[in-house]
Amino acid sequence: MEGSIAELRETFTSGRTKSVEWRKKQLKALLDLISENEDKIFHALHQDLGKHPAESYRDEIGVILKSVDYTLSCLDKWVAPKKEKLPLFFFPAKGEVLSEPLGVVLIFSSWNFPISLALDPLIGAISAGNTAVLKPSELSPACMSFLIETVPLYLDNKAIKVIGGGADVGQRLLELKWDKIFFTGSPRVGSLVMTAAAKHLTPVTLELGGKCPVIVDNFSSPSKSKVAAKRIVGGKWGPCAGQACISIDYLLVEEKSASNLIELLKKTIKKFYGENLKDLKNLSRIVNKHHFERISNLLKDPQVAASIVYGGSVNEEKLVIEPTILLDPPLDSDIMTEEIFGPLLPIITLKNIEESIEFINSKPKPLVIYAFTDNETFKKRILSETSSGTVTFNDVMMQFICDALPFGGVGQSGFGRYHGKYSFDTFSHEKAVFHGAFFPEIEPSIDSQRIGDPLRFLFVNGRIPLKLMATKLEESEVKDGSDKKKQGEEELTKNLPDPPEKPEPGDCCGSGCVRCVWDVYYEELEAYNRLCKPDPKNSISNSS
Amino acid sequence: MGSEVEKKAVFDTEAAKVVVKELRESFAAGKTKSYEWRVSQLKAILKMMEENEPQIVAALREDLSKPELESSIYEIAMLKNACKLALKEMKHWILPEKAKTSLTTFPSSAEIVSEPFGVVLVISAWNYPFLLSLDPVVGAIAAGNAIVLKPSEIAPASSSLLAKLVETYMDNSCIKVVEGGVTETSALLEQKWDKIFYTGNGRIARIVMAAAAKHLTPVVLELGGKSPVIVDSDINLQVATRRIIAGKWGCNNGQACISPDYVVTTKDYAPKLVDSFKRELERFYGKNPVESNDLSRIVNSNHFARLSKLLDEDKVSGKIVHGGERDKTNLKISPTILLDVPQDSLIMNEEIFGPLLPIILVDKVEDSFDVVNSTGTKPLAAYLFTNDKKLKEKFVATVSAGGLVVNDTTVHLAVHTLPFGGVGESGMGAYHGKFSFDAFSHKKAVLYRGFGADAFVRYPPYTNGKLRLLRALVNGGLLDIIRAIFGWSKA
Repeated sequence: MEGSIAELRETFTSGRTKSVEWRKKQLKALLDLISENEDKIFHALHQDLGKHPAESYRDEIGVILKSVDYTLSCLDKWVAPKKEKLPLFFFPAKGEVLSEPLGVVLIFSSWNFPISLALDPLIGAISAGNTAVLKPSELSPACMSFLIETVPLYLDNKAIKVIGGGADVGQRLLELKWDKIFFTGSPRVGSLVMTAAAKHLTPVTLELGGKCPVIVDNFSSPSKSKVAAKRIVGGKWGPCAGQACISIDYLLVEEKSASNLIELLKKTIKKFYGENLKDLKNLSRIVNKHHFERISNLLKDPQVAASIVYGGSVNEEKLVIEPTILLDPPLDSDIMTEEIFGPLLPIITLKNIEESIEFINSKPKPLVIYAFTDNETFKKRILSETSSGTVTFNDVMMQFICDALPFGGVGQSGFGRYHGKYSFDTFSHEKAVFHGAFFPEIEPSIDSQRIGDPLRFLFVNGRIPLKLMATKLEESEVKDGSDKKKQGEEELTKNLPDPPEKPEPGDCCGSGCVRCVWDVYYEELEAYNRLCKPDPKNSISNSS
Repeated sequence: MGSEVEKKAVFDTEAAKVVVKELRESFAAGKTKSYEWRVSQLKAILKMMEENEPQIVAALREDLSKPELESSIYEIAMLKNACKLALKEMKHWILPEKAKTSLTTFPSSAEIVSEPFGVVLVISAWNYPFLLSLDPVVGAIAAGNAIVLKPSEIAPASSSLLAKLVETYMDNSCIKVVEGGVTETSALLEQKWDKIFYTGNGRIARIVMAAAAKHLTPVVLELGGKSPVIVDSDINLQVATRRIIAGKWGCNNGQACISPDYVVTTKDYAPKLVDSFKRELERFYGKNPVESNDLSRIVNSNHFARLSKLLDEDKVSGKIVHGGERDKTNLKISPTILLDVPQDSLIMNEEIFGPLLPIILVDKVEDSFDVVNSTGTKPLAAYLFTNDKKLKEKFVATVSAGGLVVNDTTVHLAVHTLPFGGVGESGMGAYHGKFSFDAFSHKKAVLYRGFGADAFVRYPPYTNGKLRLLRALVNGGLLDIIRAIFGWSKA
């Protein structure tokens, strides 16, 4: 293992992974990997989790294809240095921010979306130009072996390695020095990962879960209630039977609307997944015996069992648990204090739906808050008074496929973000670059010898200094006499800084900023023209 | 009860808990979230700096013999600038950022909302006790957090002045200063924070991050490192020398995280450079720099001893070409230049953080990048003086550091449009200007969906037709989508 990490570091040092061509080639290879092995992936996912191919395509293959496509189409833009406006005082200096790869990165993925949660961060790592080790979860063994076998056939295996194994392997990997660790999993392990990372001052991204609530407001229109029920049922049991970090954990609804909603949910469940335990279809199974027991145990508490209003039956042999709805289980029961991560949906009724804000705030910050409501004031209240990684109104799960939205948690649900450009940023260091010039230099024209450099700090936001400097320089020129002027001009053209660069068409955001990039450009241009104009009245020579 | 008295005496875990609880209540009440509150606190900092400049200068003189000019520029003026910028720009920063949505989620709209993390802890350093304490606090206030600030106990006069000033000028139900050393810091670190912002060294940073890991708290670590200066020949030597001096000895006598740590230059050019250093140093600090009032002293005897040890090592003691004078009673060390220091010496293997400047010699200036990269650690800053465009490009491409500056030193610190922060051993996270605001904000993604256009394809029961349609949707071809909808499979 140590050997292969050393190899990755060597590859990184060689600079190969920094070239945009390499990155694109790897991303394209990733596309091939997915499209040429679709059936194998379907098979592996079915073996590990009983996922239906359509579900697999929607949540895993499709997600990756879309993500790679998007990255390929944007990569040139992302790698380009960002020009930053500098205060005019620093003219003719230029500032830019350059994204550079962090180095050798480690990605831990989880078992519930064994393909997409492994490859999606990898796309970010590759696009940013890193070398990477991917450690897939051992709890989805078929997918793990698929990745171990297939990835080296397609990707540059001196730069990207898949290392399989259990907790002991993870432990050994964590002892090594990485430049970034990206972890998807539980808060408990996340904490261990960060503790290990602290030894090497390695930055981490932690993608954890939490109890994600869905708030369902009262709807007067039956069609809206129906759509809400469909989206809730599709979002709760659709992706991996509720074994997803952004899956709905519990539902908040007003007492008076509860029974109507439950009826709708029941009807939709029957339509989507079938009626009896043995006829269930389109539903993933529970990943393993351990989790099966954990989830069934949640139901064993007598008070919890008494609150079941739909489902509740289990098939131990096939590791299947029926979509189950519970009405008002005790709030101190395990099902309401732990993340459920399975096909159980507790419904908590409230006198007034606005109480949901208080209810959510009494728990650790979730990864997502879902809310179905038409009430704009309530939406605003949810946004400003609760905290979560994401808020999605009137739908479930859809935020996951928005490339323009950062995906990540806060508090107990983790930190750091990815998807789209955010994936690229997660695996990049934003290096600030300040390009100074020797000219014009302010010190010689100021009396005190050492005050010059710090003085510039005084005028960080000032425009006066340039004028001040210009007059100073002009004065000195007058003193120097005209024969020196010619010499000065020659020196000037020799030392002349590069002219200010014109903003690219896309640099202006068009939102009417107070100081637009164009304002800065024209100010710079004016200053530049003043400096290099041969007009004797305005000419300034370098007095140093 | 007498606990009031005891609390003052020892700040233990219990006391820390009380502090955090109070701040958490203020935060939960939403006090810090209002724009008006943020403005009022930022204005309070401005007022505090304006009305207490003499006291601040005096405290800094006591702790570090910091020259007045340095104090008023680096600590007071820069901080005021940060406040003014935040006051001016905050109304833009707090606005939600619109995000594009794709066809797949149509019809929908999306935005990214900045929300405060909650209760944050700022642990600052002794070398710029005011700037490094309050600059992050400005960001934390602008983002709407409640704050505990722990100034460094190594600059005691500044620490107690800060505590006093913050108590007088700012809203104490949301912003508090806790003074103290290891015990107090440990008590604070045991608490659950929503963000920890630490400025200091790598050793403590590891402790801070490990403590943060227990509560899954994100951290910003602003550390240091050996920041190199590469000097090419064929440059305006006088200007370059002055800029290096201003960055090295003019910044708290080298006790700054972005101070140049060592110089790399060619064998041929080194004598010229050393001569220029000698000339300019004498012009700046006089013939007897140990007595110059324009140089800070070494912060304490521990650091004085540490620096002395670096100088006294056999390998380097003969390499001093300028300076080397020490005044143990007044903790002063004169600007010292060492020429051709071996790479395996102590001075080249730890951050110097003091007025010693070793010069490393290379045959060709291009070799300097290898010298810098061979240390294996990434510094906070790297500087290059050159007029050669190719060399600049190579520098930018091959040297990894928090920030790079060409033809100047330390100025990037003052540019609020550039992120300031390290990478690798020099830390993680960045701040200054809008980046400070972002460092203390959680970027909440928000997706708004309507009830219309519910694609049946998302839902079970799954069929092969749906799979085909999904495939078409992902591949994005309109024709494919139509084909799939009508069930015409591709030949």
